[in-house]
Amino acid sequence: MRIAVQRAAFDIGAEVAAFSADRRDMGAVVTFTGIVRDQADGDLEAMEIEHYPGMTEAALTEIAQQARDRWALGDVLVIHRHGRLRPGELIMMVATAAPHRADAFAAAEFLMDYLKSRAPFWKKEIGRTGPRWVAAKAADEAALERWRT
Amino acid sequence: MMDVLYFAWVRERIGLPRERIETDARTVAELVSELTAREARYEMAFSDLTALRVAVDQRLADFDAPLEGVREVAFFPPMTGG
Repeated sequence: MRIAVQRAAFDIGAEVAAFSADRRDMGAVVTFTGIVRDQADGDLEAMEIEHYPGMTEAALTEIAQQARDRWALGDVLVIHRHGRLRPGELIMMVATAAPHRADAFAAAEFLMDYLKSRAPFWKKEIGRTGPRWVAAKAADEAALERWRT
Repeated sequence: MMDVLYFAWVRERIGLPRERIETDARTVAELVSELTAREARYEMAFSDLTALRVAVDQRLADFDAPLEGVREVAFFPPMTGG
């Protein structure tokens, strides 16, 4: 299991190749990648991501551990960047490895749902009209409900 | 002594990322009352507690969480990771 909180860019291909290598007992690797998305009107200059050093790593580790307790996973990878990112840059990725794909898919969704509203990151959009903090969505909180059964 | 940290727009409204404070507050809610009584910028940041989240020693907590033996309290808006 690897949790990385970093300012630097990461190479998605190299990460997935390394994560998938030498896994004779894992039949499935699922990955998700988050990308800074521009506004429809092309207004977004940058996205600033703030985080809570120390708590961020602890929260991500706990979320990943919960996923491992819940599904038969061989491994979990979470990379999340912070700092100033431009549209098109990769923000974060998760990867899950499991013997079968159902567990790998479910665990990746679980990780994303919890990472959205339980890991201490805050996004600020820097547009040509000024800066704006991204508000949490009710749907993000609602997404956690389905895992509580 | 306790470290109090602020993130995102809470940090911007209060005007600093962290401070060390001497407090007798027994709960997070009492700490909020103490801070709010200080200055308008704190009152503005804490005006709607439903818009805020709190972490006690780097774990999410409730506003009625006790502060005995606690070293670090952080206030911030709902998180937007991913």
